[in-house]
Amino acid sequence: MTFRIGPRTSQIIAYIILLLMTIITIIVLFFIIGYVFKNGFAQLSLEFLFDKTREMGKEGGILPSIIGTLFVTVLAVIIATPLGVGSAVYLVEYTGGGLLRRIISFGADCLAGVPSIIFGLFGFIFFVIQLKLGWSILSGSLTLAVMIIPTIIRTSEEAIKAVPLSYREISYSLGGGKLDTIWKVVLPTSLPGILTGVILGIGRAIGETAAVIFTAGSSLGMPTSVFSSTRTLAVHFYILAREGISMEKAYGTATVLIIIILFVNFVAYRLMHRFMERYY
Amino acid sequence: MKDKIAEKLLLFIAFSAIGSLLLITFFIFQQGIPLIFKIGLSNFFSMHWSPTRGQFGILSMIIGSLMVTVGALIVGIPFGLACAIYLAEFSSKMVQKTLKPIIELLAGIPSVVYGFIGIVILVPFIRTHFGGPGFSVLASSIILGIMILPTIVSISYDSLVAVPNTYREGSYALGATKWQTVVKLLIPAARSGIVAGIILGMGRAIGETMAVIMVAGNALKIPHSILDSVRTLTSTIALELGYATGDHRAALFACGAFLFIIITILNIIAIRVTGHRE
Amino acid sequence: MNFNYNRRTVRYLAIVCMLLLTTCSQRKGGIIIAGSTSVQPFIERVAERFTEENPGIQVNVQGGGSTAGIQATFNNICHIGVSSRNLKGSEKALHEFLIAVDGIAIIVHKDNPIDDLTIEQIQGIFAGTYKDWSELGGESGEIIPVTREEGSGTRGAFEDMVMGDQIISDACLVQDSNGAVREIIATTPQGIGYISVGLVDEREKALAIDGVKPTLANLLSSQYGFTRPFLLLLLEEPSGKVKKFIEFALSKKGQDILKSDGLISVTEIGKY
Repeated sequence: MTFRIGPRTSQIIAYIILLLMTIITIIVLFFIIGYVFKNGFAQLSLEFLFDKTREMGKEGGILPSIIGTLFVTVLAVIIATPLGVGSAVYLVEYTGGGLLRRIISFGADCLAGVPSIIFGLFGFIFFVIQLKLGWSILSGSLTLAVMIIPTIIRTSEEAIKAVPLSYREISYSLGGGKLDTIWKVVLPTSLPGILTGVILGIGRAIGETAAVIFTAGSSLGMPTSVFSSTRTLAVHFYILAREGISMEKAYGTATVLIIIILFVNFVAYRLMHRFMERYY
Repeated sequence: MKDKIAEKLLLFIAFSAIGSLLLITFFIFQQGIPLIFKIGLSNFFSMHWSPTRGQFGILSMIIGSLMVTVGALIVGIPFGLACAIYLAEFSSKMVQKTLKPIIELLAGIPSVVYGFIGIVILVPFIRTHFGGPGFSVLASSIILGIMILPTIVSISYDSLVAVPNTYREGSYALGATKWQTVVKLLIPAARSGIVAGIILGMGRAIGETMAVIMVAGNALKIPHSILDSVRTLTSTIALELGYATGDHRAALFACGAFLFIIITILNIIAIRVTGHRE
Repeated sequence: MNFNYNRRTVRYLAIVCMLLLTTCSQRKGGIIIAGSTSVQPFIERVAERFTEENPGIQVNVQGGGSTAGIQATFNNICHIGVSSRNLKGSEKALHEFLIAVDGIAIIVHKDNPIDDLTIEQIQGIFAGTYKDWSELGGESGEIIPVTREEGSGTRGAFEDMVMGDQIISDACLVQDSNGAVREIIATTPQGIGYISVGLVDEREKALAIDGVKPTLANLLSSQYGFTRPFLLLLLEEPSGKVKKFIEFALSKKGQDILKSDGLISVTEIGKY
């Protein structure tokens, strides 16, 4: 007797399998974060967050890394955002749909996918050695900036393109010039989309290790200027974990890092939703 | 008048931004390509990477990267697609609205955290239950697979959701079950988006460095089994960048250039396949 | 939607100005030290004490490995390079200052029953000729050798003193710092690796080589001969704050710090 599985049965089987796999995926992802948090929360004291790092990270806190991460990320964003948004504005508003624009968009797309270690390689040889900036926040920021500019160009371009033509036409018909239109109509309207891209870039930069360890270095001292070397949270975690210097501190550092990133991504998500709801 | 200044300023900004991107591209190729010509293509694509003896063959590392990436896809595609299909077709709106952002938020977890979990949990597990050093192709594939899951889920979900409802309604009207609709109609219709998502996930897996260095063991020999240690192109760059000079440094740039080309090709395929950018 | 651009732009500019102001005030006020991961923890401790005594001078310590440190010194991106091996060839153009001597220990997991190996056996393990612990009198199980990256001073010293003509096999796992090697050996029952004697702790076991254990007494008497110099390297003659640091490292205070961590101070070892 031949045994056939009817369509109803195969659907039930499929449903169960899909559900199971989804549950497994969610469990794995939550487990990873949960494991880090479980071991790390105990470390989160005021001392840990505000103390200097001592004994290679075995004692003390992570304040230098927090400050260093802040400096490096903020500086990278300050450099990358005007360049990225400005380029996007130029591409959309001033070049139309021409070949130049498509080439540049394509280039931005490609570079957005290039592995971060390659940016680290470039940053180390170019900024640290050739431009003699040494291991510094400046080298790190410049490298990160180059890394996130493509992402910002992409998301800003989409956001600006999405502003309806009618908005611009109304502005022109009311007597506004091109600059006025861009500054007062197009940019404010596309702001949530642009900000989403910027914040996603921030999220990427904060968690970045490969590009930063070779450019900003791994010094544990409190950074005093953009020429100081610093050890960002991600790098500090990497070193603590790999060298077994202090597992507790490693978990603590990772917990702080993940909380910051989750928060940043959450903000980006809310912004993106606000942007989508406005138009769709 | 203001407009003219603004236009020039924006042009300058765009030039600077594009310029910096071009700078990176040219820099990498300018540093790396001469070495390939110096030692010859066949030497560059040979087996032995031994910089102290002047051998710069990247084939074993290409194979390493390939094995680890294929492994990551084997882990990531089934689970990624399963999640996407479940979310898009078999779950309620509320489940979709909560689960999808959670999966995407998790895409932001730094790679070093994944690598760490790999060292602490996965590597000992593989060593005790399967043998070998634990630092292996298997460990790398699993960790990378988990890392590219959000990408695959996200893009596949978006592609499935974008298929017009008329397709589904037509299929149900003909008496098909949901699952039959999914398999025979929706997945083929969303095929280009799904493939694009997979290709992007592949790009991420090839380019991942930190997590791989932590769990792959980094032995130069080509792995004979998935339980053997493995070395990828990205790991080599990261391990040797600090001290490489002269030809060795140029060889690392050549590796970088090679990776760059591969990922660009993947991007082009992804764009072609979807017909628009993702 | 009304955005007050003026406020936003002003805030933007304010942040930029603040950053610029803080940066201009202290350019390159500190000493940058880079190189060997073996020496790094010790230099960090010396640097901490040094900064306590000289509060105006900040010391930044980077890792990267001995060769990376040597290169960094040549490229002038650090003030002091640190090496855990002797200089070779063109590297000898740098000014060297010996601050301590350290041994290289062969380590295995603390549960490994083997206590002692001959040099030939160690060579065989890392060259890949021995594949199983039972061939050496231990419990059967695959040997998992771990080596350092090629630019490592520790590896360089290990290759010179232990491996001799034999080449470290491609099948060995590779890690890029002493700490990472130690971590793997401490958690891998079949592992074997080599690290700085000063870094061995209670989670792993240091083997005796040809019957000689790497104790302090054996190191001092040169019975355990696998030692290498910790060198501070400069591009030019030392001056200013860099000179102060080197003098501190070589002073009694500095040497006491190094001695307390298990290293051999410059005064103690005869052959150097």
